[in-house]
Amino acid sequence: MKLVRHALLVLMLGLGLSACGDRERATDTAAREGVLLWGNGTEPKGLDPHLVTGVPENHIISSLIEGLIAYHPDNDMIPAPGMAESWEHDGQYTVWTFHLRDAKWTNGDPVVAGDFVYSWHRALIPELGNQYAEIFYVMKGAQAFNEGKTKDFSTVGVKALDDKTLQVTLNGPAPYFPNMLKHYSWFPVNPRAVEEHGGMADRQSGWSTLENYVGNGPFRLKKWVTNQEIEVERSPTYWDAKTVKLNGIRFFPIENAGTEEVMFRGGRLHLTNNVLNDKVPVFKKKMPDELKIEPYLGNYYYKINVERKPFNDPRVRKALALAIDRKLLVEKVTKGGQLPGTGFVPAGVPGYPPSDRADFHPEEARKLLAEAGYPNGKGFPKTEILVNTLETHRQIAEALQAMWKEHLNVDIGIYNQEWKVYLNNVTNGDYDMARAGWIGDYVDPSAFLNIMTTGNGNNDTNWGDPRYDALIRDAQRAPDEKTRFAMLREAEQIMMDAMPVIPIYFYTRVYLKDPRLKGWHPKLLDNHPQKYLYFEEQGQPAPAE
Amino acid sequence: MLKFIGKRFLQGILVLLGIYAVTFFLVAATPGSPFSSERAISPEILAQIEAFYGYDKPASERFITSLGNILHGDFGPSAVYANRTVTEIIAESFPVSLKLGSISLGVALLLGIPAGVLAAVKKNTWLDYVPMSAAMAGICLPTFVMGPLLALVFGLIFAVLPVAGWFGPEFVILPAATLGLYYAAYFARLTRGGMLEMLNQDWVRTARAKGVPERTIVWKHCLKGGLIPAITFLGPALAGIISGSFVVETIFQVPGLGQWFVKGALNRDDFLILGLTVLFAALIVLMNLLVDIAQVALNPRLKYD
Repeated sequence: MKLVRHALLVLMLGLGLSACGDRERATDTAAREGVLLWGNGTEPKGLDPHLVTGVPENHIISSLIEGLIAYHPDNDMIPAPGMAESWEHDGQYTVWTFHLRDAKWTNGDPVVAGDFVYSWHRALIPELGNQYAEIFYVMKGAQAFNEGKTKDFSTVGVKALDDKTLQVTLNGPAPYFPNMLKHYSWFPVNPRAVEEHGGMADRQSGWSTLENYVGNGPFRLKKWVTNQEIEVERSPTYWDAKTVKLNGIRFFPIENAGTEEVMFRGGRLHLTNNVLNDKVPVFKKKMPDELKIEPYLGNYYYKINVERKPFNDPRVRKALALAIDRKLLVEKVTKGGQLPGTGFVPAGVPGYPPSDRADFHPEEARKLLAEAGYPNGKGFPKTEILVNTLETHRQIAEALQAMWKEHLNVDIGIYNQEWKVYLNNVTNGDYDMARAGWIGDYVDPSAFLNIMTTGNGNNDTNWGDPRYDALIRDAQRAPDEKTRFAMLREAEQIMMDAMPVIPIYFYTRVYLKDPRLKGWHPKLLDNHPQKYLYFEEQGQPAPAE
Repeated sequence: MLKFIGKRFLQGILVLLGIYAVTFFLVAATPGSPFSSERAISPEILAQIEAFYGYDKPASERFITSLGNILHGDFGPSAVYANRTVTEIIAESFPVSLKLGSISLGVALLLGIPAGVLAAVKKNTWLDYVPMSAAMAGICLPTFVMGPLLALVFGLIFAVLPVAGWFGPEFVILPAATLGLYYAAYFARLTRGGMLEMLNQDWVRTARAKGVPERTIVWKHCLKGGLIPAITFLGPALAGIISGSFVVETIFQVPGLGQWFVKGALNRDDFLILGLTVLFAALIVLMNLLVDIAQVALNPRLKYD
């Protein structure tokens, strides 16, 4: 080995490459300079908050633009002041008034209440085709405007009372509204920039390119090389520039978890987006300080098409749900510290512990299956699990297949389809049972329960229950949080008793992080406000221009 | 020769038209939409987006429009990447692939051809066995094994080269080596085969009998003909190598064209798929034309007709 090593070293010298070896690791240089090197998954589909829906986009846009309410560095439930210095609501949590601070866009314009009216008008204008428009439907008149039932935006419940005061009227009480506002779909865009590059309704508008980008956030766009990197630098015009510690962030779109790992170990990244499941045990042993496993507000579940036999019988659906040993699954298959999914709303929402209706009760499962007419699995028709093509989905499906065989003696097949074909078939209800996942947009049970109402575009199971719909609707008007949670819990139990979905596990975020990066705390929605991040070894931040 | 080129050029245009039409209707018939995602879109919004990109029109009408646009050099917008056009995407990533590809090809030719000649001349000696075994291993070892292996050895164990990324000259070495070694192996084997065939010709025996020096036989008389198989392979290899390699680009995080082929298909980004297909097909047609010209120049038995 030594000989080979020497021979290779000589070879290297011969190639004149030895100089590269003496170089400082990129992560060391960057940490000293206060620049974060961030493995960010994939090339963003764009940086226009009203045209994108993804997580990598979120990381970058949140560094460039700030909404009314900002994320708190370590508490998901606290709305931190953003563009709004303060806010208040009426007794019904329905009319909200936001008082804006003195802040500037990077093009020098002041941020005024009218910018939010313009931005939300744009987000809702049907011609733009904003895929996240639905999140605005909590606002009065937003749905009708977005669906083109009226062309008059003044019917929508948002008004600039003056430059500094924004008033929002909701359909009903929503105490969680400030938390909802943290989501980037509510972010403002600069009206002048948008108008200069194609106008409000132009999907191909050029305002969000490198040359034209205008933001109001802690950082500004510096470099954008497709499929290579996006770099942001501290913005001198940001209202809270003194809090911003990093001098810049470089986001790298790395899709391959193997490449990301090698780059992390080779000193090219401070943060990875992911870790391969199979590597988790290795990293636990070898890189315990770097490996991070944190709860994430998402659930992994199977949708069941309740119109297809034998799943039209709720007893069959329940039997399958009760015959899954979720603890075994998360320990032996997913391995990333996931929690057994015993309900539809994931663990982590303060004051709303997960339901336990989908626990492991093999005896009861067998009994239910027998009652449904399939004693010991006899006569159970041939059914299949549909997964989108990915090794982990198949592994999980195979584990469930084995558990159902063992505990219920039923044979269930697995077939995989390419992502877009899978989406097509699930949306069209062309499946028996299909793998699914949902990540909350904000920390509240409603972020999950809302999608299971009758006819909701994300329901796909053909299940619906008027009692459930009524509870979800009425919970919005509950006089207080405790009652609201009780109503939502009742709704969730109704759904769990019908089991149109089989909860499997609650997500975790598993990634590698350079221990030198500070100001980064576990967050349920994986939102780490970047203005609080820093490296201990970094020099003084560059003075604001 | 000009007549030959003109004829092949017209043929090439017909081929491109055919490829475009087939791809267009295949893509149109593929299930799945560029706009679908795990989060459902309301039908009203979907209709707006589809109208914006012209999906509300029948495929035949879209075909005519897009063909007209392409003839004007407009490949259309990306349906998935907001405010980017297909032309911009290609213009940004093609130079990267071209750079990586030409360096890899240089590696492949400089290693592969001399190794092949040597192996043929020194047939059945260790100078034949060693390079040919290495070439066999090179062909069998796919780039997705070779790439991480090189990254592990030179990037992590010795830490002399960057593991991945595309930020300077030293970043080119590992991906170029991975891609180059793979093609070098092919060139070595093809050159050896071609050379052996030439060296066994009767006229070579005659030349040897007349006392022509071995060096002259090999380099002057046989090399031209011996290279023909390698040159035939060069056409498609060239097109493939400069239009990007998805695997190598993914492993080494190279922002080239190869990744877009896959992203385009996975995202159902119709305009991007079509733009890339036209580009790739045009490259193959062009390279094959160049190879045909080179072959006639090298092989006296062929004529332009």
